[in-house]
Amino acid sequence: MTIAKTDAKICGMGHSMKRKEDPRFIRGQGRYVDDIVLPGMLYMDIVRSPYAHAKIKKIDTAAALKIPGVLAVIDGPTLAKYNLHWMPTISSDTQMVLPTDEVMYQAQEVCAVIATERYIAADGADAVEVEYEPLPPLVDPFKSIAPGAPVLRKDKKDQKDNVAFHWEAGDRADTDKALKGADVVVSEDIYLPRIHVASMETCGCIADFDAAQGKLTVYMTTQAPHAIRTVFALVAGHVGLSEERIRIISPDIGGGFGGKVPVYPGYVIAVAASVVIGKPVKWIEDRMENLQADSFARDYHMKVELGAKKDGTMTALRIKTIADHGYSNASANPSKFPAGLFSICTGSYDLKHAFCEVDAVYTNKPPGGVAYRCSFRVTEAVHAIERITDSLAQKLGMDPATLRMKNFIKPEQFPYKSVLGWEYDSGNYQGALKKAMDIIGYDALRKEQAEKRKKGELMGIGISSFTEIVGAGPSKDFDILGIKMFDSAEIRVHPTGKAIARFGTKSQGQGHETTYAQIVAQELGIPASDVQVEEGDTDTAPYGLGTYASRSTPTSGAACAMAARKIRDKARKIAAHLLEVKEEDLEWEPGKFTVKGAPQKSKTIQECAFAAYTNHPQGMEAGMEATHYYDPPNLTFPFGSYICVVDIDRGTGVVKVRRFVAVDDCGNIINPMIVDGQIHGGLNQGLAPALYEEISYDDEGNITGGSFIDYYVPTSLESPNWETDKTTTPSPHHPFGAKGVGESATVGAPPAIANAVVDALSHLGVTHLDIPITPEKVWRALKAKGAAA
Amino acid sequence: MAKHKISVTVNGTAREAEVESRLLLVHLLREVFRMTGTHVGCDTSHCGACTVILDGSPVKSCTVLAVQADGSKITTVEGLEQGGKLHPVQEGFTEKHGLQCGFCTPGMMLSSVALLERNKNPSEQEIREALAGNLCRCTGYVNIVKAVQYAAEKMR
Repeated sequence: MTIAKTDAKICGMGHSMKRKEDPRFIRGQGRYVDDIVLPGMLYMDIVRSPYAHAKIKKIDTAAALKIPGVLAVIDGPTLAKYNLHWMPTISSDTQMVLPTDEVMYQAQEVCAVIATERYIAADGADAVEVEYEPLPPLVDPFKSIAPGAPVLRKDKKDQKDNVAFHWEAGDRADTDKALKGADVVVSEDIYLPRIHVASMETCGCIADFDAAQGKLTVYMTTQAPHAIRTVFALVAGHVGLSEERIRIISPDIGGGFGGKVPVYPGYVIAVAASVVIGKPVKWIEDRMENLQADSFARDYHMKVELGAKKDGTMTALRIKTIADHGYSNASANPSKFPAGLFSICTGSYDLKHAFCEVDAVYTNKPPGGVAYRCSFRVTEAVHAIERITDSLAQKLGMDPATLRMKNFIKPEQFPYKSVLGWEYDSGNYQGALKKAMDIIGYDALRKEQAEKRKKGELMGIGISSFTEIVGAGPSKDFDILGIKMFDSAEIRVHPTGKAIARFGTKSQGQGHETTYAQIVAQELGIPASDVQVEEGDTDTAPYGLGTYASRSTPTSGAACAMAARKIRDKARKIAAHLLEVKEEDLEWEPGKFTVKGAPQKSKTIQECAFAAYTNHPQGMEAGMEATHYYDPPNLTFPFGSYICVVDIDRGTGVVKVRRFVAVDDCGNIINPMIVDGQIHGGLNQGLAPALYEEISYDDEGNITGGSFIDYYVPTSLESPNWETDKTTTPSPHHPFGAKGVGESATVGAPPAIANAVVDALSHLGVTHLDIPITPEKVWRALKAKGAAA
Repeated sequence: MAKHKISVTVNGTAREAEVESRLLLVHLLREVFRMTGTHVGCDTSHCGACTVILDGSPVKSCTVLAVQADGSKITTVEGLEQGGKLHPVQEGFTEKHGLQCGFCTPGMMLSSVALLERNKNPSEQEIREALAGNLCRCTGYVNIVKAVQYAAEKMR
């Protein structure tokens, strides 16, 4: 499917249009939640638990309440009066808003102080005295799942152990048999540690309850305003906050990456405080609260086994996973997919036998499995298959590129039905890897590596040929809390031919104000500069599930094209009426209907729009607007091949990424500049967990990476000069052939980097290193092999 | 808590305020003067979202007390555009797609402005070193470097 390129004035798909959102951001005129001040607004600060597991004996608020300006302290028993002390999670588990009895993780919310000023609220939180009786914490998921472990979720009547859920896909017996019959089997224990999105803006809200109208408006950092409104109605419907009385406004969002999908306790406490006190209440968490209590991802302990024939043909894959979900399953996965889309783990390879299973475990940590630019477990799946593929290459003495080329699903096999049940829409994996190898000069690098090894220098080349799975999703399989995962667009064309378009999604930096305008421009020929895009206000936008999991272009983007096509159909009728011809006598090019064979007779889309309000045909409804709820027929399967070159210092173990080439394929592209930006950022969020970031805990459940002092977000100095390129394999089922791209690089990059490091050490007998591959880990590996300088 | 009367010049305008000893400069700007272009991204002086130029040097305004700024000249993001004309750094960030969510952008631009004031022709490595105190989670820094190079070219 090729897309006609519009001229630069219209600026439809394929143009690197400068972003429409930039003028306000470069002037410091963005409007983030903390920039908003309402009359009479109060501030909230939260008291958090220093223990990972403890009984609350007493909360003494007397000293706090004596501070001038402190108005109230809200604790669990206060909320319990309204039955608001527990809430459902998006994954149909339950989570405390505030505890009445026990705290289950360090930094858990214990109570909240409401005051007239930000600093006074903090003083109040400092002055609250909480008496705890520490209880033994369960920190290690393997101990938590062991027989006889104390049951953590005593609040759940039927819970007899610490398993949150068991999930599996594929044929266990068939895979066991295939692995037994394999010529060679490689096996690795692979851990993907707990990490944190660390968007530059933390989470927060202003809850504004108008008692006279009985209406609650919440300005909040959310990627999914409509879904949040419904969750709020479910949580608080019984106290009179029904859905038509709730308005969620998601203003400018300073990065989300999935961390702003869940409902955190702080939001609910602020709402309760505003309802009780009758004034707007602002809550903005600080960075340490953000890193210690919200939105953790990964924490997957995987045993990965891959069988193959002697010639390198892969035959069978088996993965067994223990997933540490913390004390509640608060991830945002579709209800039929508790382990997300992990069964994409056969990756880019034509595997005939596969089985994977996940046991999700409760521990005394904050809810995990939530988000990090892919919360649907594709990152975990890709890391498993791409890492184990290199182990197989190492075992067989084959070049990892050759091994991949041999096992790739071939272009003519698409649409391809994977053994674990997915129908891959389109792909050309050989094309992407070949392009990446050509750009980076693969053969020359292998020669250089051989020379360096002779001199004792450590250099590695790592490949990752990933397949992503995004755009959830088809309503027959995909829902969150029962709400189907369609998404929406509404377009109104004004009499003067300009337009406003509204969506159920919410940009957090992805540039929707620009890209959605370009889709309208492509479909209607109205210049993108004449299209205003609005998202994030539930009172005005059509219902949708929001922006995460790379779903905006596959769902709302598609809805935008479909709504625009409805408008075009109407415009055609109007043009035929104005030109006094039949509709079928008209030809369309973006922006204009022309009478076939009479090029001088034409009507522009703007003329049709004007007529829709001033001179519409008798019997036709006036106006020019359309809404579309798009239910995707399938997911989209973007892919790519990444090649990374690293140099390693034998003395310190420091890994330096010398080059990184990323060839991505996300089908047809709306805005190449923005896609490259998404890839760059995604690559950095692949580099970060590969080499630097980890949220870890000591045996007592104390977080050891809870501030930017310890949690190592890469700066401009660690980040390489990413080299990007593309191949283009359109999605056959998407209205304009696009696939989602926001998370591809975060999913694809970590194994490329890990494979490069292991490759640099492979001649010493190293077969695997867990990420983040810190200098210490490399140095210890070198030392163990007697190869440290 | 004791209050202090301070005077500062923000983007060329003389301002006065009566502040608590503990008030941070970033909160003076954001909450007292209601100039919200300067952002808060952490509590440990690591992220640089709150960077402003104080008497010619880029500082993290979450780590300066308002009383310490008494008598000084401050430039914030709101002061970069002059007479309706964007600063070349602002132009560079939009031309080269050096921003996505926009949250780190004001601090990032002020560190860039301070760099270009002391080094008219920085190398890529010098740009990366000058911006190492400003975290960005969206762009991977590639286009930020290009934005600074664009501005440097423009200012020469």
